[in-house]
Amino acid sequence: MNSSLSLDQITNNFREIHPPLNRAEAAFEANRCLYCYDAPCTQACPTHIDVPAFIKKIASGNLTGSARVILDANPIGSTCSRVCPVEALCEGACVENTLMKQPIQIGRLQRYAMDHVLSKGIDVFKAGAANGKSVGIIGSGPAGLSCAMYLARLGYMVTVYERRAKAGGLGTYGMAEYKMTQQHSADEVAMIERLGVQFRLNCEVGRDVTFADLEAAHDAVFIGVGLGATNKLGIAGEELAGVYDALEFIEHIKTRDWANVPMAKRIAVIGAGNTAIDAVTQAKRLGAEQVLMIYRRTQKEMSAYEYEYELAKQDAVEFRWQTTPIEIVADATGKQVAALRCVRTELQDGKLVNVVGSEFNLPVEMVIKAIGQQKQRSFLATVPGINIDAAGRVVVNAVTMQTDNPKYFAGGDCVNGGAEAVDAAQHGKHAAMGIHQFLMGEAVTFAGA
Amino acid sequence: MADLSVNFAGIQSPNPFWLASAPPTNMGSMVERAFDTGWGGAVWKTLGEPIVNVSSRLAAMDYGSQRMMGLNNIELITDRPLDVNLKEIRDCKRKYPKHALIISLMVESKREAWQTIAKQVEDTGADGVELNFGCPHGMSERGMGAAMGQVPEYTCMVTEWVKEATNLPVIVKLTPNITAINYPARAAVKGRADALSLINTINSVMGVDLDTMIPHPNVNGQAAHGGYCGPAVKPIALNMVSELARDPEVTIPISGIGGIQTWRDAAEFLLLGATTVQVCTAVMHYGYRIVEDMIDGLSNYLDEKGYASAGDIIGKSVHRVTDWGNLDLKYKVVARIDHSKCVNCNLCHIACEDGAHQCIHFTDVHGKAYPIVDEAECVGCNLCHLVCPAPGCISMVRVDDGSQTMSWREMTGQ
Repeated sequence: MNSSLSLDQITNNFREIHPPLNRAEAAFEANRCLYCYDAPCTQACPTHIDVPAFIKKIASGNLTGSARVILDANPIGSTCSRVCPVEALCEGACVENTLMKQPIQIGRLQRYAMDHVLSKGIDVFKAGAANGKSVGIIGSGPAGLSCAMYLARLGYMVTVYERRAKAGGLGTYGMAEYKMTQQHSADEVAMIERLGVQFRLNCEVGRDVTFADLEAAHDAVFIGVGLGATNKLGIAGEELAGVYDALEFIEHIKTRDWANVPMAKRIAVIGAGNTAIDAVTQAKRLGAEQVLMIYRRTQKEMSAYEYEYELAKQDAVEFRWQTTPIEIVADATGKQVAALRCVRTELQDGKLVNVVGSEFNLPVEMVIKAIGQQKQRSFLATVPGINIDAAGRVVVNAVTMQTDNPKYFAGGDCVNGGAEAVDAAQHGKHAAMGIHQFLMGEAVTFAGA
Repeated sequence: MADLSVNFAGIQSPNPFWLASAPPTNMGSMVERAFDTGWGGAVWKTLGEPIVNVSSRLAAMDYGSQRMMGLNNIELITDRPLDVNLKEIRDCKRKYPKHALIISLMVESKREAWQTIAKQVEDTGADGVELNFGCPHGMSERGMGAAMGQVPEYTCMVTEWVKEATNLPVIVKLTPNITAINYPARAAVKGRADALSLINTINSVMGVDLDTMIPHPNVNGQAAHGGYCGPAVKPIALNMVSELARDPEVTIPISGIGGIQTWRDAAEFLLLGATTVQVCTAVMHYGYRIVEDMIDGLSNYLDEKGYASAGDIIGKSVHRVTDWGNLDLKYKVVARIDHSKCVNCNLCHIACEDGAHQCIHFTDVHGKAYPIVDEAECVGCNLCHLVCPAPGCISMVRVDDGSQTMSWREMTGQ
């Protein structure tokens, strides 16, 4: 391990960025809420959680009821309370923004209510009376979990197929460790499991079970497989030791086995999205001395949220704007990263071009790629009868989430190309409604649909 | 700087801020610290036959995240020996000759008992006595406190006994636990009281612990009703003070009590006819130090309004209080919403829709829906204005031309 920090220091660096509110803090914050009617925060939430309702229930001391309001509209309310970009969603819309520039801490209040039920194992929803129908769900990420919970509430037999060893998808493997731990994700999965949802782990559809098996076992199938591996840079040296993709790096961190997380003194992270920020801030927390963020355009064009950018700045990450990598340079052994060779870029007639003769080397021992994930084109091509658009996304009916094969529904990143967990939760909700309409011929509307 | 000193029934006080008879005036060292902090006067914790108190004694009602909107207590009068209290009163008055030191009294309903204790107090050099006819808990079960104040004849009788025995100004402290405050007040006047103080605390049960199902405050699994005070009771006190201030048969000064926390509260009591105010709950919550802003704030207010002394505003709003039947039915206000200040909480809409007259709808302003008042339907109730959290956003605007007035009395010839 190449960290200058002790394991205790690293553990301290990975403490929660938004620690839980205590009872007095939660009461104070909840009482600050104006209880807006037709509230902007509720409108801004992709799952349309009735935010004033759950906050007033916290104020009245009805935490179980508060959690019910949240989970009714969003089965992964615990994950979302920790990882949602609240500044851009509910809290950004909070009228207090215009009243005293201090929005209600909706995310932390939501977490307060969710912690109450998840830590105590209180189930606010029960499985519906069995309706004799069965649904298979491919992928146990936010979309799949959401769909599974709603279907279980309606009385379906639900089986979730997960190729990994743990359920939860990005909630388990992909969230910055200082936002949420694997335990938080596991608690959420356990709640859904208690509704009778079966999880078949280490079970990859296409390898361990076939689509024919799924169709034989289930009346409908929901596809929530998310995205695939990180995009390739397509430059020399990408295969060298010391080159990682961001999700792989974050997965290592999620084990909290600090001593065995890939580390170096100097690390370059390529990309400027939210995953890139997760990579740079966590590299810093692990004890890297210099962390560089490499982006070919300027700060204005970076896709990371303002709040995330601020976080990286606070962590003393160095930014190299208008810089594009052209080669990963090996050391004397020819096997290990020694530098990232870059070239400056500039806009010419609205086109980004490399500045001739501006090449330079950044001496680093590790390179992390965070330039977006590939679509699951090869997997999706094997699903019978569904269609994929030019961008590699599953084509669905936007209301029912039904694909062109009526037995298959889809949602989450594999449909929208990559968005927030809360967007996937909403897809899962719509798909559950669509599946119920398809199999039972009955319209059902869940909260915030 | 305005002169804050007042003369209350012959008692000089450097300012109108007195501590009410309660735990903050339990003993000499406390009253002396209060005077050092700035309090103009203090009404000593009620003297009488020493009693035995229970534990616990207090319970509070919170509102939102605000603690102690209301407080109640089941504490009785002083539990200290009479001679110790009398000695401390004597010492205190000697050290603080310019402060108002009033001694609250409550003894059994016997002429001799009242006259003896009144004379003992007069002997200490204290400035006056306050007859506690208001305590609603415990003592009332023994025929004292509110049990006296609830029967005007008793109020008159005991006041007369005390007046026979002492030359000190006699203040009668009234209980609000009656149907009309005027009758006990007039009885005190008839008994030759020099002043009135009100309100004492209100009968109350503060709540129930939802885990144990035992009401507050818990005394070994049981509770008794107690006296309610604190900010929540202020409107009740203001009503009773103003009722007496505009009663032609009540011709003596009033010391206002009930929920006073700040100089603003105090100024309202003065405007409605009080000459001094008495404070307890706010001091029990925050300490004697609150008097600094009471003095500072009232002084600044008087300066800004151009008044030379606190006395100048006493009773200034009394003539503004009238019977409903005299109110002008032709006066008409409507709500107007300033969209530049609106925060889109829509509380005005839902309040009007479900709690008033369904006259706030939505209109499109630059692509965003804003609440707007249908003025033809608006009755001018104030509700939207009251619930709006955005300063200056909803104003109540007069729409009649003021050329006509008509009260219900005029309309019906009553």
